[in-house]
Amino acid sequence: MSQARQSIARTFGAHAILITYTVIALFPVFVTVINSLKSRKAIFADPLALPGPATFDLVGYQTVLKQGDFFQYFLNSMTVTVASLFFVLMFGAMAAFALSEYRFRGNMLMGLYLALGIMIPIRLGTVAILQMMVASGLVNTLTALILVYTAQGLPLAVFILSEFMRNVSADLKNAGRIDGLNEYTIFFRLVLPLVRPAMATVAVFSLIPIWNDLWFPLILAPSEATKTITLGSQVFIGQFVTNWNAVLAALSLAIVPVLVLYLIFSRQLIRGITAGAVK
Amino acid sequence: MGTLNLTKVTKSFGATDVIKGVDLTVNDGEFCVFVGPSGCGKSTLLRMIAGLEDVSSGDVMIDGQRINDLAPAKREIAMVFQSYALYPHLTVRDNMGLALKQAGVAKAEIAQATGKAAAMLSLDALMDRRPSELSGGQRQRVAIGRAIVRRPKLFLFDEPLSNLDAALRVQTRIEIARLHRELGATMIYVTHDQVEAMTLADRIVVLRGGRVEQVGAPMELYNNPANTFVAGFIGSPQMNFLKGGALGLRAESVGVRPEHLTLLRGSGKLAAKVSHLEKLGGETLVYVLNPTHGLITIRLFGEHDFAVGEEISLNYDENKLFFFDESGQRLY
Repeated sequence: MSQARQSIARTFGAHAILITYTVIALFPVFVTVINSLKSRKAIFADPLALPGPATFDLVGYQTVLKQGDFFQYFLNSMTVTVASLFFVLMFGAMAAFALSEYRFRGNMLMGLYLALGIMIPIRLGTVAILQMMVASGLVNTLTALILVYTAQGLPLAVFILSEFMRNVSADLKNAGRIDGLNEYTIFFRLVLPLVRPAMATVAVFSLIPIWNDLWFPLILAPSEATKTITLGSQVFIGQFVTNWNAVLAALSLAIVPVLVLYLIFSRQLIRGITAGAVK
Repeated sequence: MGTLNLTKVTKSFGATDVIKGVDLTVNDGEFCVFVGPSGCGKSTLLRMIAGLEDVSSGDVMIDGQRINDLAPAKREIAMVFQSYALYPHLTVRDNMGLALKQAGVAKAEIAQATGKAAAMLSLDALMDRRPSELSGGQRQRVAIGRAIVRRPKLFLFDEPLSNLDAALRVQTRIEIARLHRELGATMIYVTHDQVEAMTLADRIVVLRGGRVEQVGAPMELYNNPANTFVAGFIGSPQMNFLKGGALGLRAESVGVRPEHLTLLRGSGKLAAKVSHLEKLGGETLVYVLNPTHGLITIRLFGEHDFAVGEEISLNYDENKLFFFDESGQRLY
């Protein structure tokens, strides 16, 4: 930026605001992580203190790992999240392509119907979903969760992606048609690579609610074999006694995979969010 | 091989008719240009020939075969787009060879065809680059090369020069004309630029509001326009339209081209006042104001100097006037 448009006071102000926000956003994570590394007594004595030689204790992590099934919970969460993301992105992109590319009767209505899901939370339908899952024998399976999360993620995916797909050059698609590419090839080889930043944006926005969700695992798949990590961590929260070391350790561990997935998508994400704003 | 026949072709989007019955024959080896203002349906017509838009009614035929319901890839056509439309993930070589690869042509044959097209357009040095590493002019040459490789019956160009800068536009225009001579293929070219139309076409089709206004060779349209629209559209600067009654002539309006007017400092047929001057070196455009006829453009060759506000007068050759009736149709 040019010197003429920059004043020290303004730069300072902007950074002060951003730093304040960063601190507020990161504080709970920070407290969770430092306390997960302390002994139980130290957590209660001084929750904000950093773990020192006297207070350092890995008992939380030991409990979590000894519990045995934690690896299974991680695997379940990972399976559900990755599979749901895959379906959200694939079906979302396909629906978005159809809505933005083809003229057909009811195109507008269909787009509106699909976007409506953004405003109506899927939890309102929990009872009906549970009845459906019971009727189809899918209770206590990961399939049930994948189906629900796919449905939950689709509206936003269709909404964002169709907007991006409208901006993909029509000439490019037509050139493909004249060269004899079929519609699937045009979609997978020409259009999808061009909307990759938008796909990453959708992936991150869908990823976090799925990974963090407690509601549907609790209702649809609470069995030992299908527990997700968020549900698994609840084992340590009792009605009267809570094993804070273990809860904090489990939550700290739960951050890692989602952080990895985010880092994979983030380079694309920034491009997706700023696309259109800066050319 | 490549004769195109359009018979009573129409296109409607819902209740709006975009193409209102077009009959046209483009002969084998002809360079035909569709020209018209934006929204006249020229691009839509081209896309209908390409198969990218459905035909609402009428027949589109290539070499006597009806192709209305044939997929674009099966029509033996090739198209060059305004935005180049190169595949971003493929190299120049693969961009050019994709259509043949899709058609199941042997690799050696594809290599030969792309090599030949590349030599024609001097693209040899760029064959392994991706489109993002090319300049605008190079991209358009690749797009043209991609069309040549297919050896189509019909080349379709959709405003291919609009995204290029002025110098490159002239250069590419000459290149397209040279390709047409070398290949002898039938070409249909859409543009809104009448200079491109005049310089490239064997025959020009002037379109307005989804209808064909006139079809003819460039000089035919210039010397013998059928109505005020064609008269105004062909030729640059635009033809002047004077009021027939005020001149004592039996016509609603009288057209005279800027190059057919002469400017006098003494007295002449029409008095006027200079309102603006554009000096281009080789020619000088003088805009003069006449109280009855409004703004009149005069094109003078060479360098001239006039002061704004100067009183001058105009002369015209009676034989170079065009007479039009109230509806804009040519009288004689």
